[in-house]
Amino acid sequence: MNPRQDPVRPGPASPITVIVDGSAVRGLAGQTVAGVLLAAGRLAWRTTRSGRPRGVFCGIGVCHDCLVTVNGLADVRACQRRAADGDTVSTEDEA
Amino acid sequence: MSAETPDVLVVGAGPAGLAAADAARRAGARVVLLDAAGDAGGQYWRHLPASRPAAAERVLHHGWDRFAALRGQEVLTDAQVWLAERHDDRPPTLHVLVGPADGSDRVRRTFAPTTLVLATGAYERTLPFPGWDLPGVFTAGAAQALAKAERIAVGRRVVVAGAGPFLLPVAASLVRTGAQVLGVLEANGWRRLARAWSARPAELLSTRHKAGELAGYVRDLARHRIPYRTGTAVVAAHGTDRVTSVTVARLDADWAPVMGSERRVPADAVCVSHGFVPRTELAVSAGCRLTRDGGVRTDENGLTSVPGVYAAGEITGIGGADLALAEGVVAGLAAAAAADPAGGGISAGQRRDRTVNQRFAARLEAAHGIRPGWVGWLADDTVICRCEEVTAGDLRAGAAATGSRGLRSLKLSTRAGLGVCQGRVCGRTVEDLLNRHTGGLLDAGRTETRPLAAFVRLGELAAGADKEEPA
Repeated sequence: MNPRQDPVRPGPASPITVIVDGSAVRGLAGQTVAGVLLAAGRLAWRTTRSGRPRGVFCGIGVCHDCLVTVNGLADVRACQRRAADGDTVSTEDEA
Repeated sequence: MSAETPDVLVVGAGPAGLAAADAARRAGARVVLLDAAGDAGGQYWRHLPASRPAAAERVLHHGWDRFAALRGQEVLTDAQVWLAERHDDRPPTLHVLVGPADGSDRVRRTFAPTTLVLATGAYERTLPFPGWDLPGVFTAGAAQALAKAERIAVGRRVVVAGAGPFLLPVAASLVRTGAQVLGVLEANGWRRLARAWSARPAELLSTRHKAGELAGYVRDLARHRIPYRTGTAVVAAHGTDRVTSVTVARLDADWAPVMGSERRVPADAVCVSHGFVPRTELAVSAGCRLTRDGGVRTDENGLTSVPGVYAAGEITGIGGADLALAEGVVAGLAAAAAADPAGGGISAGQRRDRTVNQRFAARLEAAHGIRPGWVGWLADDTVICRCEEVTAGDLRAGAAATGSRGLRSLKLSTRAGLGVCQGRVCGRTVEDLLNRHTGGLLDAGRTETRPLAAFVRLGELAAGADKEEPA
């Protein structure tokens, strides 16, 4: 949410840039890959064998719905991996 | 590989693990406390990362002062236990990978502690309903984690539904993260809630701050004009590639939907929780025996069935953070004393604290435990196993076609629970449904009996030796 209205009063965060499927997406240092994707307006980024979309479900690393490829490494849980500046995230790993 | 040999190794840095490590340290033990996450606090005290510290973190938390006092300890973070190597007469040797989650070249460390405290917590039990696999349906825990650790609201117009007091803090976090909460729907009716919460009032006195905490949340809902509806559930989510609306229905006392009570509510997110499941994979790998409810069996000191292995918090049975803290203190002191018998003991007050909070946990189960009528909202094409996309109809047909009453064989023939999450999400639901379809499973065991405590890449292990940290 907008930090100026946030009752938790978060401190300033350094911006990071993550390349998602070839496009630059801005995020904040300390965010997970899932957090960066959700904040950028993406709700789903994986497709099941039967073609159904999936994104975050459990949010704590249990369900494996949110898997992405990070820097060429497949099957990384987006909700568990902290995004690093310059990370390359690919969500098209089902092919 | 040379193993590190602390007096006490504590796995899990949530309330129970933090309390256990702190108590053991105060008793003079050499302690290593580790956690798979990037920060201490567990799910309960999830918070913004150190790179973005918040000035008013306590707005989203209860017991933040206790956490502030406990978090000063050294914690080995990003540390994933992947194997427990058993021994006959002492705790297992734990093999750990330290580095970014699901990475490929993490540092390997090995611990052969004198005593071990397992405090791995719990994860959510979410009952399936039509459309629950649509994006926009989250566990309540996911909404809570994203709100607390990232300040992200999972939707703009959100319905919170399921059973149990956990729904209340989730709604409170959502409104403080900028979401509109359309309602909090509790499956149980007032009658059951009132009976469970008003029984033995004298006993409640000793945990009255918790009753006060709940009352505070209810006042908070009223202040934000969020309806709290009992005997009500989300019985379906609708949309093509994301949730756009939900069907809400009244439930009877057994959680069966009341025909004709359904109504459609536009919403862009649903947060669901029906309780919690102890996270026992590591305990099972270590050889610990479980109770019938699926928690780790312990004695009054937190000692498990394995010599030198203690357990504390939600993995011993769901009871909330206060019980986890109390159990952590007792297990930490007992583990320290077992590692060095010259140290101190456990006080009567510390034991009493544990007992009082255990009674509170029993009350929770009586008020909010899952009732069997929920299967009434399933359709034949409702997905049960999200990984393998096995439906309710597949399970019924599988049981009828094979005539089998074996959980293992039915899982193999239907593939339910065999996907990448290994049945963590659907395991108990699959067991419940197959129990009904077969007239009783012959090997109704828990789904948690897996050899590995966590997922690892074989390549990462093979690459290994040069990554070992000198002990």
